[in-house]
Amino acid sequence: MEPRSRSFYLLAIFFALFLLFLYGPTITIGILSFQGPGGGLTFPMRGTSLHWFRDLFEQQAVGDIWGSFGRSFLLGLMVMVTTVVVSVMGGLAFRKRFPGSTVLFYLIITSLVIPSILISLGVGLMFSQTGLDVHWSTSGFGSQLTWTLPFGLLIMFAVFNRFDKSYEEAARDLGASPWQTLRHVVLPIIAPSLIGVALFGFTLSYDEFARTLLTAGSYNTLPLEIFGMTTNVTTPVLYALGTLTTAFSLIMIGFFLCIAWWSARRKARTGSDAGKGLV
Amino acid sequence: MEKLLRNKAISGWLMAAPLTLVLAFFLVLPIVLIVVVSFWRATEFSIIPAFVWENYEFLFGSSVTYQVFLNTFKYAAITWALTLVIGFTVAYFLAFHVRTQTWQIALFLLCTIPFWTSNIIRMISWIPFLGRNGIANSTLISWGVIDEPLEWLLFSDFAVILAFVHLYTLFMVVPIFNTMMRIDKSLIEAARDAGASGVQILWNVIIPLTKPGIMIGTIFVVTLVMGDFITVRFMSGSQSANVGRLISNDIALLAYPSAAATAVVLLLTVLIVIGILLRFVDIRREL
Repeated sequence: MEPRSRSFYLLAIFFALFLLFLYGPTITIGILSFQGPGGGLTFPMRGTSLHWFRDLFEQQAVGDIWGSFGRSFLLGLMVMVTTVVVSVMGGLAFRKRFPGSTVLFYLIITSLVIPSILISLGVGLMFSQTGLDVHWSTSGFGSQLTWTLPFGLLIMFAVFNRFDKSYEEAARDLGASPWQTLRHVVLPIIAPSLIGVALFGFTLSYDEFARTLLTAGSYNTLPLEIFGMTTNVTTPVLYALGTLTTAFSLIMIGFFLCIAWWSARRKARTGSDAGKGLV
Repeated sequence: MEKLLRNKAISGWLMAAPLTLVLAFFLVLPIVLIVVVSFWRATEFSIIPAFVWENYEFLFGSSVTYQVFLNTFKYAAITWALTLVIGFTVAYFLAFHVRTQTWQIALFLLCTIPFWTSNIIRMISWIPFLGRNGIANSTLISWGVIDEPLEWLLFSDFAVILAFVHLYTLFMVVPIFNTMMRIDKSLIEAARDAGASGVQILWNVIIPLTKPGIMIGTIFVVTLVMGDFITVRFMSGSQSANVGRLISNDIALLAYPSAAATAVVLLLTVLIVIGILLRFVDIRREL
């Protein structure tokens, strides 16, 4: 191996600074959320305590954050499942190059680049003009899908662009029906990338703000609740909440990454069933 | 053969149906409705179906509009330049200087993890840094660089741009890294064998081959910044405005027709920008 050049070290320092820039602020509020009861929004720390975390459990201090957390979590799961199913179906559909697929493709791109506030405004207007009530599980759910589906589909396009068609041909030659080919050949091969789609679906929904602003109705999701707090809460309880929800996000990300890693290993170990014989 | 083709079309449509339905109901219909409502009339308490141009006349007749659009472009341009330089450098390091794939994946994941956490929390987390008594000010004072705390760190255009770069650089890193990983390494060796210096390789080989990734990253960053309203509101402490804020202010006043007119102009602007950018890249081929 040739020795590291000087530019490597310069770039490595740049990269380290970039990571510090990315994570530094979050780590800072993580530390500050352990402020003592008399502490403020900035350093210095006035003692350390769990005071602000305890405050999170008192309704009058922060409002209904646990209710909104529950709604955000449930909505995240709903969006995740829908995103995975619809993206896989959409990805499979696009392989067939059906008439009108170009229009649909540009709609997906539009969905990705449209300013979020337009979705919020448009869906909000649609519901109010037709006399329907906006609710996080209907209008909020649909609005969030316009943000998660493009990501899911882009991942599926990337996956199917690299998909080796000869596996399907082999299955077909061995007499598998289209459904059997899909179920026993295609889906197992693309399964690891579906974990990625699920990760995007859940986290983007869980953190979405702009698209749910006018479409969540009278029950807030967690990001809306947090944003409401920024205007009237000036104590480290805000940081405590930020630390908790970031920790929750990290746990979910870790969970998804572990499944991805585990399924990749499983695939490597049991990818071939040569010699086992299928009955 | 023809029957088979038709079958393929039908089965394709069937599988694309859920996607089409979602986009029809939550993307196309809302846009149509926004366009329709932009011609409506508003009173203080309600909005009335009509076909008048007054919302647009008011929008284009006000000098505020032009200032705000100019400001929006300014944010987009500065953020674009910064994210491009930072994102390219980071992707270049990951793709060409990190040697094992395991490390590449690990470091790449480290860059992407913040993207999956809350944007609002990431904005809030700048307060202890940039505040009047924040880390930046107290450090600068203790170093003797300044005597008085700087007032323009938080709640200023500086803070807005900083937050944009913080939130959106990732959207540059990922597509650029993706295209760089597909560059045939032998091309670089060939350039080196032919006597090119490091800078020449970067300028004449790597950058041209990375252009599609740069374009995709540009599309992401430009549209995210142009459509934003929450970062500007939070980080500028409501002192600066962009088009998104103009819309959200109208919404807060229940002036939906006026908000809709602004939204239509914003959407057209964004789509024109994207249309120009898409001339330089075929997204479907780059995935």
